[in-house]
Parts: sequence; C-alpha cells; structure tokens
Amino acid sequence: MQILEGEKVTKHFGGLAAVNRVDFDIHQGEVVGLIGPNGAGKTTLFNLISGLLPTTAGEIRYKGKKITGLKPHQICRKGVARTFQSSKLFAGMSVFENVFAASLFGMKRTISIPDAETEAMELLEFVELSTLRGMLAKDLPIGSRKRLEVARALATKPDLLMFDEVMAGLNPAEVTQAMELIKKIRNKGITIFMIEHVMKAIMGVCDRIIVLNHGSKIAEGTPEAITTSPTVVEVYLGE
Amino acid sequence: MNITTITSKKSFWGGLLFIILILMVTLPLYVPPYFVILLTNIFMYVTLTVSWTIFSGPTRYISLASAAFFGVGIYTSALLGKALPLPIIIVMGGMFSFVLALCIGLLTLRLRGMYFIIFTFSISELIRNFLLWWETNMTGTVGRWVIMVDHIVVYYVILLILFLALLTAFFIRRSRFGLALKSIGEEEEAAIHIGINATLVKTITFAISALFMGAAGAIMATKWKYIDPRIAFSPLLSFLPVLMAIFGGTGQLYGPVFGAAIFAYLEEILTTKFPYYYMLLFGSILIVVILFLPHGMVGLIQKWLKGGLKRQNADP
Repeated sequence: MQILEGEKVTKHFGGLAAVNRVDFDIHQGEVVGLIGPNGAGKTTLFNLISGLLPTTAGEIRYKGKKITGLKPHQICRKGVARTFQSSKLFAGMSVFENVFAASLFGMKRTISIPDAETEAMELLEFVELSTLRGMLAKDLPIGSRKRLEVARALATKPDLLMFDEVMAGLNPAEVTQAMELIKKIRNKGITIFMIEHVMKAIMGVCDRIIVLNHGSKIAEGTPEAITTSPTVVEVYLGE
Repeated sequence: MNITTITSKKSFWGGLLFIILILMVTLPLYVPPYFVILLTNIFMYVTLTVSWTIFSGPTRYISLASAAFFGVGIYTSALLGKALPLPIIIVMGGMFSFVLALCIGLLTLRLRGMYFIIFTFSISELIRNFLLWWETNMTGTVGRWVIMVDHIVVYYVILLILFLALLTAFFIRRSRFGLALKSIGEEEEAAIHIGINATLVKTITFAISALFMGAAGAIMATKWKYIDPRIAFSPLLSFLPVLMAIFGGTGQLYGPVFGAAIFAYLEEILTTKFPYYYMLLFGSILIVVILFLPHGMVGLIQKWLKGGLKRQNADP
C-alpha cells in the first residue's frame, strides 16, 4: 500500500526550478533513501511534503488524501513527522521538555499531561537519552542532539518519518548506532524516508533509493541498482 | 530537597502573596492620597509590562503596539464615558483592544524579528496620526474631556486588572498553552512541525495581552481628565513595557513585576527630586542594567539565591 505519493511535484524559486515535476511513491513499511549532490532539491522536497513551503504545481497525497496546501501542524497531526538538517531543537528547553511538547501537541486527539509525560519518558528511553533528560538541549553533544531530534519526531506518533541528514557530523561508531536506531524504528512499523550523504548508512538500511539532480528525479531503484547505474555514477563522479 | 520542604516553601510563597494582596486592598485606608496615586501609577506600568510579557516573553516577538492597545482603552473611556457605567466601559476598552490585536495578529504574526517590531510600532503610530487627522479635519477639536472617577476607585480597578493579568500570566505559563508559546519562541519551524498551530496560539495570546492593556487604558483615562491622541497613543508607552520587562528580566513571572515597579518608582522619585536631569539619570541606570545584568534583576536575584544554596550545601 502506498503511504505517500507525489505527482509532478514542482517548486520554483523565482526562475529556478528547485524541484521539477518529481513523481515518487513510498510504500507502507519501506525505508526509502533520497540522495543527490548538494543543491539537488532534496531538502526542498522534504519542505514541500511537510508543508513548510507551498508547492508551485503538482500534488502530494498521504494515505490517498491530498496534503498539498495544508499547514505543517496539520500534516504533522495526520502522521507525518520530520527532523531537520540543521539542529532545530528547542535549545533553551530541557531534553525532556523537547519530547514532552511533541507528545502533547503532535496528535489529533488531545492527550492528558501524565500520558504525554509517560510517552516522552519511554521515547527518551528508546533513544537512550533518559539519563540526560534534565539537561538543556543546547548543552548536548551532536550525537545526542540528533537522537533527541529523532525522539521528538517520534513523539508525534508518526506513520511516516522523514530524516534530513540525521547522520551528518556523526563519527563512525555513532553512525552504526544510528543505523541500529533506524532499524528499531522500522520494526515499530514506521515508514522512513531519509535524506543521507553517509553512503554506508544508505546502503545498509534502505530498501529503495531515489536520486535527485538539479531538481529532477534521475534514478530510482534498489541500492545495488543505484550504485551500478551509469547516470548516477556520472552525476556523483563526473565523466 | 524532600517533599515537605517543597510544600512548606509553596505555602510560604502563597502566604506571602496573600499578605501582600491584603495589604494592597486595605492600603487606601491608612496611607495618604499621594501614596495611593503613586501606587496607581506603578500598578498601571506593572499591568502593561506583565501583559506585554504574556505574549512577548515566551515567544520573543518584541511587540511595540502596547501604546495602540492602551490608547484604544483610553479612547473607549473618553468616547463612551458619559453614556455607560464604568465597569462596562472598562470591559469594552479591553474587548476593543482584544479585537484590534486579533486583526493585527492575523495580519502580522507571519512576520518575524525586525519586521514584526517595525510593523507593530507603525500600527500604533498609524492610529495616533489617523486620530489626529480625524479630530483636526472632521470634528474640528483635538482632544476631549474624560469623565472623572474618584482616585480610590481608580486604585481598586487597576489593582483588580493587575491581579487578573498576573493570574492569567501565571496560568498561561504553567499550561500546555505556555509550553506551546515557549516552543514557538525557541524554534518556530520545529514547533509547527510537532503539531503546534503557531498562528492561532500567537494570535490568541497577543489578543489576551492586549485585553489587559485596553482595560488599563480605560480606567487610567478617567484619572487624567483630558486626553488627546498624542497622550493616548504616546510612543513612550510602547517602549516602556519593553524596557521595564528587560530591566526586571522575563525569565520569571516576578521579573516584569519587580522591573516595572522599581522602574516606575524610580521615575517618580527622579522627576520630583531631579526634574532637569531625570532622563539622564534614568538612561544611565538603564545602560548599567543592560550591560551588567543580561537577565535583568531576576538574573541577579537568582544568582544570589543559587550562591545562598551552595553555601548551605557546603555546610551540611
């Protein structure tokens, strides 16, 4: 079953087509990677899906229903969560409050404060941050910060989770840890769509990869097919 | 720290606040009228500052529209004062400001940072200049008389408005609404992505903060007897709440209260003792505070409290 579909999704910034007539679909339970050189339009595509930016043309459907034109908080409450490329934690709030706020506001139905607290604690446990729950988010080292972003996104109870370079800046040991975490999230039944530059991670966890270049989709397929595709190799390595 | 000390601390603060409240309510019985009028003025500034902090404190959107909301209250009082009883005028002053803030909010809250500051400032200037133009060209007379109310009544009304503003501020801070506001102030883009309807939350809070400013304006107008657009919409009243809040520190609820109270009292003392130099002295004090106390008076108090706690811990 398709959980997310995009049909000729387009975004123009002035004269530049940042995302150009991109078709995509993501199936329930999949882990799909989104790769491409810098400036290919990956983050812009994420921003279009999460509702941060309005689309110029095209349509995005989530669980068969059109979500283009909805506000980010509405899309979030439907079950789409995301992390950000540059850290957008609530820096002056505690680790716990970051996740607690997301548990409290992330869903359509109203949740009681004790329930939200329990949920936040469970999620901090899940990403192994519960011992740091009293710390301010801004005092966390980068690895923990990324995990906190993940926990906060998970707290909104998503069915589809989008990671925007969740492994950027991590050391190899932390990358392995992050890959484990992604597998754990997937085992919860959550569909994952991820932008990533760390190839080892992409190859290790993705079922399918979409490649963007200059705003257009140039390839799509299994990790093996993508690594051997001449077009992709050309884009990444030059001729 | 164990539970008993926390509860006893809580009841201690509760008791202290209760005593202060009783003191404030009974004060006009045993102090000279001058003191009551001075306190009325101080309460007005505290009300404006606390109301300003309800919205601008957690969201970090610096609003310079306080004068607009306060002025709308003043004009409500001036225009309807003869026709309607006082309580209704005060409620209406608040409601008009509330509605104005809803409109401004829906128009401007997608603006951030500098643009929001400039827009809110322009709004109050626009209203002031429009009223001046209207009164000059349409009604032919600038300014109007406001119906007089006994100074004791003014004192009690402003005390009540201040009390309600503080209560509202307190409950908003502790509610899920307060957490939403804080998240917006910390990182708005992330806040909307965890399901917070930022536009709605901001607009409602902005309007609530305007409600108290309008009500305060409606009652204070009766104290001044005569008002015109220059008095009612004085830009000073947009800047003072900001300065007072910074002076006190917005981290805690008592920050703006102390800030405004000390600030207003200082102003009174300095104008009477040093009528020619008071602005100069005032400015110097403000510069010192901003340079050396980045978290305001609250920061100083908390530092001192922490120091005190450390000493206690070191000595078991």
